[in-house]
Amino acid sequence: MSLRTPLSQARGLGSAKDGTHHWFVMRVSSIAMVPLMLWLIFSLGSLAGAGFEATSAWVANPLNTVLLILTVGALFHHAYLGLQVIIEDYVHGEGKKFASLIAMQFLMLLLAVTGIVAILRIAFGS
Amino acid sequence: MAQFILPIKSRVQKGKTFKAEGASSTNIKRFVIYRWNPDNDENPRLDTYEVDLDACGPMVLDAIIKIKDEIDPTLSFRRSCREGICGSCAMNIDGTNTLACTKAIEDIKGDVRIYPLPHMNVVKDLIPDMTHFYAQYASIKPWIRTQTPPPPDKERLQSVEDRAKLDGLYECILCACCSTSCPSYWWNGDRYLGPAILLQAQRWIVDSRDEATGERLDELEDPFKLYRCHTIMNCARTCPKDLNPGQAIAEIKKKMVLRK
Repeated sequence: MSLRTPLSQARGLGSAKDGTHHWFVMRVSSIAMVPLMLWLIFSLGSLAGAGFEATSAWVANPLNTVLLILTVGALFHHAYLGLQVIIEDYVHGEGKKFASLIAMQFLMLLLAVTGIVAILRIAFGS
Repeated sequence: MAQFILPIKSRVQKGKTFKAEGASSTNIKRFVIYRWNPDNDENPRLDTYEVDLDACGPMVLDAIIKIKDEIDPTLSFRRSCREGICGSCAMNIDGTNTLACTKAIEDIKGDVRIYPLPHMNVVKDLIPDMTHFYAQYASIKPWIRTQTPPPPDKERLQSVEDRAKLDGLYECILCACCSTSCPSYWWNGDRYLGPAILLQAQRWIVDSRDEATGERLDELEDPFKLYRCHTIMNCARTCPKDLNPGQAIAEIKKKMVLRK
């Protein structure tokens, strides 16, 4: 039982002076993904049945390489921000919340780096 | 994790039925009302009251006052002004948070199901514990904050255009219908201020006479206090005064970006 006043409990630890950047980047990344995703879907559609050599050559095209890396980056950054909100919403208890946030962040970073390295390997023909 | 199942002692059971005996009318409506008494160890229950609408006023509040007067005096609820300006009789009626005094019985098909405001601690029956809600309201310092002293011979002036910016905000009666309809407030109400309090915060942020806009934004800029709002918009849908807290919160977020 706490004898702290209701106002003291409502104020808690005060404002973290944070959150606006997160909110803004979430919106910017979602807007960036509209053209990127349309481009990706359209491109993959036109590559249907094109075969290994043609697809590798398409990825190795400098413009496509850049756009693919941007897409992967925007996608996983957006996913990271969104999953962070979901974890903060639903995972209660500071220990569990902290652990799941860190684990999720590592997973998103791992997926993003894996995707980007794969694109670069094809692009540089190794 | 957030809790999705009620604890054993909170599960709602079937209660008593009070028949409308001796009523000459056939205009009978059934009111199914959540009951919980802190003085005994029983679970909450749903009591059913049959009310003769020919001998009852048109609003849900009229019916529950009639029930308390004539059928079951143990029924507890808050009410005061009976005209939608005090916010006391906010409760969940027919699945929506609203004011019992402005909700017409004839607008409800079938039985009238009445619960206290969702996800609040219940004091008794339809009375939720508003302590934390009011403390959150106090935490935003809902009064004018200025450095400039007021003119010695008159009020602080406000242009007609600036006064118009308070429309859609000043009408809020703090009934808590919106905050208690908000899933974000359900899961994180200990830290998230909720739509009602954030609408009140915006009311002071846009007030042209207030000189503490920056401090107000500082106090709100927090992942939990403000940014738990995910524009679910239950708040605007349920508001018995037809206000739009979701829009007020969006205006606060826009100001946060503007000052970056």
